[in-house]
Amino acid sequence: MKKDIFQAISDPTRRAILTLIAIQALTPNAMAEKFDMTRQAVSKHIKVLQECELIRPEQSGREIYYHFNAKKMQEFDHWLAQFRQNWEVQFNQLDKLLSTIKEQTTK
Amino acid sequence: MNNDLLFDFNVDKAAKTVYITREFNAGQSLVWDAFTKAELLDQWGAPAPMRAKTKYMNFEVGGQRFYAMVSPEGQERWSIQRYTSITPTTNFKMYNAFADKDENPELPGSEWDYAFSEQDGKTKVSITIFNESFERLEKLLEGFKIGFTMTLKNLEELLTTLS
Repeated sequence: MKKDIFQAISDPTRRAILTLIAIQALTPNAMAEKFDMTRQAVSKHIKVLQECELIRPEQSGREIYYHFNAKKMQEFDHWLAQFRQNWEVQFNQLDKLLSTIKEQTTK
Repeated sequence: MNNDLLFDFNVDKAAKTVYITREFNAGQSLVWDAFTKAELLDQWGAPAPMRAKTKYMNFEVGGQRFYAMVSPEGQERWSIQRYTSITPTTNFKMYNAFADKDENPELPGSEWDYAFSEQDGKTKVSITIFNESFERLEKLLEGFKIGFTMTLKNLEELLTTLS
């Protein structure tokens, strides 16, 4: 089953990791240092973020650098944009219905 | 046409919560009816070209609405809304879950809170939707595969509000 992006983002540490690597790709060791966490704890967060494709690894020499996948975040935002659009359409329909009812009752 | 009416849409990704606020140019009791009576809900409660079809609705605490979003091709997407709290014309809460046509819910669902208030003849409706997962949110959109075109400007604005 696909990993849940909401679940991934709802964790404050993972949000902090994303914010940081959005600026600059980092190795797991660098992340552990910056967040004062163990390598194991960092690995767990990386796993979750990678499973929902919010970050992607890139080999550079002997090190693995994790990059922020902005496209995935945009995809998520696009879903929300559609959700918002649906509501707008519905509310405009309700505007019409309300004005029709008001006209009928004043006649 | 309704540009003077407030419309707010905010997403708190960390809290997995969507906040929607909209003003309507009508009194509170009429707007309340539009959100709580099946015959009115069915007239606006699905974005065209979809339509809403309520099979039954018992608007009382513990009661539920069983309804479908129907596509122009006749495809039905059923949902159950169970009412958990009702304070007439000011607030109601429900638990919403998708279901099959035999009323078997697909859990988990999401929690919805509707608040109504009137000022100067206009009624403000504030909706809070707590989703347990993003997949749930994706499902909420599943019924609307008919492509809604959106201008880039709209998307840009939205991305700004979401960031």
